Amino acid sequence: MATENKTAELTELEQFRKDHGLAIKEERQLTTLNLGPTHPATHGIFQNILQMDGEIIVDAVPTIGYIHRAFEKIAERRPFYQITPLTDRMNYCSAPINNMGYHMTVEKLLGITVPKRAQYIRVIMMELARISDHLICNSILGVDSGAFTGFLYVMQEREHIYDIYEEVCGARLTTNMGRIGGMERDLSPKALHMIGEFLKRFPKVWAEFEKMLTRNRIFIDRTTDVGAISAERALSYGFTGPNLRAAGVDYDVRVMNPYSSYEDFDFEIPVGTKGDTYDRFLVRNEEVWQSLKIIEQAYKNLPEGSYHADAPHYYLPPKQDVYTSMEALIYHFKIVMGETDAPVGEVYHSVEGGNGELGFYLISDGGRTPYRLHFRRPCFIYYQAYTEMIKGGQLADAILTLSSLNVIAGELDG
Amino acid sequence: MELTNENVLGKIISEFGEANIWDAMNPDGIMTITTNRESIHGLIKYLRDDKELQISFLTTMAGIHYPGKGDQEMCMMYQLHSLRHNYRIRIKVYMPANDPVLPTMTDLYATANWMEREAFDFYGFKFTGHPNLTRILNIEEMEYHPMLKQYPLEDQTREDKINTYFGR
Repeated sequence: MATENKTAELTELEQFRKDHGLAIKEERQLTTLNLGPTHPATHGIFQNILQMDGEIIVDAVPTIGYIHRAFEKIAERRPFYQITPLTDRMNYCSAPINNMGYHMTVEKLLGITVPKRAQYIRVIMMELARISDHLICNSILGVDSGAFTGFLYVMQEREHIYDIYEEVCGARLTTNMGRIGGMERDLSPKALHMIGEFLKRFPKVWAEFEKMLTRNRIFIDRTTDVGAISAERALSYGFTGPNLRAAGVDYDVRVMNPYSSYEDFDFEIPVGTKGDTYDRFLVRNEEVWQSLKIIEQAYKNLPEGSYHADAPHYYLPPKQDVYTSMEALIYHFKIVMGETDAPVGEVYHSVEGGNGELGFYLISDGGRTPYRLHFRRPCFIYYQAYTEMIKGGQLADAILTLSSLNVIAGELDG
Repeated sequence: MELTNENVLGKIISEFGEANIWDAMNPDGIMTITTNRESIHGLIKYLRDDKELQISFLTTMAGIHYPGKGDQEMCMMYQLHSLRHNYRIRIKVYMPANDPVLPTMTDLYATANWMEREAFDFYGFKFTGHPNLTRILNIEEMEYHPMLKQYPLEDQTREDKINTYFGR
C-alpha cells in the first residue's frame, strides 16, 4: 500500500500534490500512504491520502462521499412519513434518535403536541440508542488499541438493545421507529420487561468494561494526548456532542434546548479537559451511565395516557378501524398516498444525537413534501478537523483518533 | 444582557442600517433576517466578536433554490448560535442564479470550509476567498449541481414505473 517516491514518479506526484494543495518539504523524502477507502481500521468507507515522514503524518487529504445517497434530494420528492427511513441510514448506530428528531421536526411544523407517555417512551428509546452508539464507539476504540475482548463482551449487550427495538417497532438496525405524532404502538408488557431486565444487567457489564480500560496502563498510554483539540478550535470547527464536551465545553442540546420532556429528568453532563482521545473515551463512558439514569427515571415514572397525539391527518388510524370506519379509511388512504398537505412554514429542530447536535432544517411551501430539508449532520461537520488533529502524530494514533471521533460513514455522507 | 429578538435586531440595525437588514421574521422562534452580499461577512464577524452578543457558533449553512424568482432565485442560509446566551439566529442572503457569489466565512469559522464546499457541490454557490472550493460529496466529473430544482430526482425517461400513481 505504501509507495516510495521514486525519481521517475516525481513529476506525477508533484502534480498530484499541487492538485490537492499539499505542502511538501523538499529536503525530506516523504511517503504517500493511501489509507482507505476500504481499510479495515477505518470502520467505514472514507479515504485519507497521507503524507508520511517516516512514522509521522505531515499532511492528510480526506476524501469523502463514497456512500453519498442524496437524502436531501430524495426528501424533496417524498411525503413526510416516507422520509423517516432515510434518517435511519444516517447514523445507523443510533437510528431511533434520528427517527425521533425528524418526527419532532415535523411535529413542530404541524403544531402537534405529543402526550407525555409518548415523550417518555421516546426518551427511553433515544437513550437506549445513545448507549448502543457509545458502546460501539468505545469498544471499537479498545479493538483499535489492541483489546478485543471488551468489544465482543459489550457487543452482546447491543444485541439486547436491538432485541428491545425489535419488540418495540419490529426492526433492529434501521428502525423506522415511531410516527409523526407519537409511537406506532404502546410499549408491550414484554418490552417493558426487557427494558427492566436490561437496566438490571447492563450496569454490571459496563462497570466491567470500564474496569478493563479506564485504568489500564497500556490503554492510557496509547490514548492520552492523542488527537487532542482545544475548546476554541473545536468550537470553530463546529464540534458538538461528546467530542466537544471532551474538550471542556458543556454544550448539550438535551439541557440547553430540552425536547421530548428532557427537562423532567435529573442527569449530569460529563465534560473533559484536554479534548484528547482518552477524554473522549471517558466522556462517552460517563454518558452511558447518565443515559442509564435517564432510562431508569423514565421507566419508573412512565405516565399513563395515550402513546400518540390526536392528529388524524398525519397519524395513521388503527388498522381495524380502517376496515370498519369511513373516516379512518379516508385518513389512511390520504396519509399512505401522501395526499396530506403540510402548512407553510420553516422550522429548525435539533436533538442530541450520538455524535452531537443533529439538526433538521425544514422548509415547507404547503405541499405534500418538504420544499427543502437540510440535515445538520454532526459527523460531516467535525470530520473536517481530522486533518488538523492527526498532523504531527503517528499513523497508529490517527486510527485511534478516527475511532474516538466516532465518524459514521452514513452520517458523514448523508 | 439577555438576548431577545428585539434587542438583537435593534443592535444589528443600529450597526448595519435599515438599508442592509430587512425582512425580520420569526417563523419558529428563531429570528430570521435577510441581508445582502456586501454585509454578510461583516455581519457574521460582528455577531461573533461583539462582547454582548457572542453569537459565535456556526451551526449550519444551507442553500435553497427558488426557481423563477429572478434576483431572489438562490438563497444561502446561515444559522448561528450563541452558546453563552442560548440564542439562535438565522441569516439569509438572496442572489440571482447567474451570479451565486458570496464571500467565504472560512476566515471566521473553520467549519465553514466543508459547509461551503457542500453548498458549492449541490447548488453551485461560489465563495470568493475559499481555500479549496471543490466538490465534496459528488464525483469531480459531475457537470451540474444536483440540488437545483430543475434536475429531477429520477431519470424521467424511465418507462417501467407508472409515476402518476405514486406522485414521483
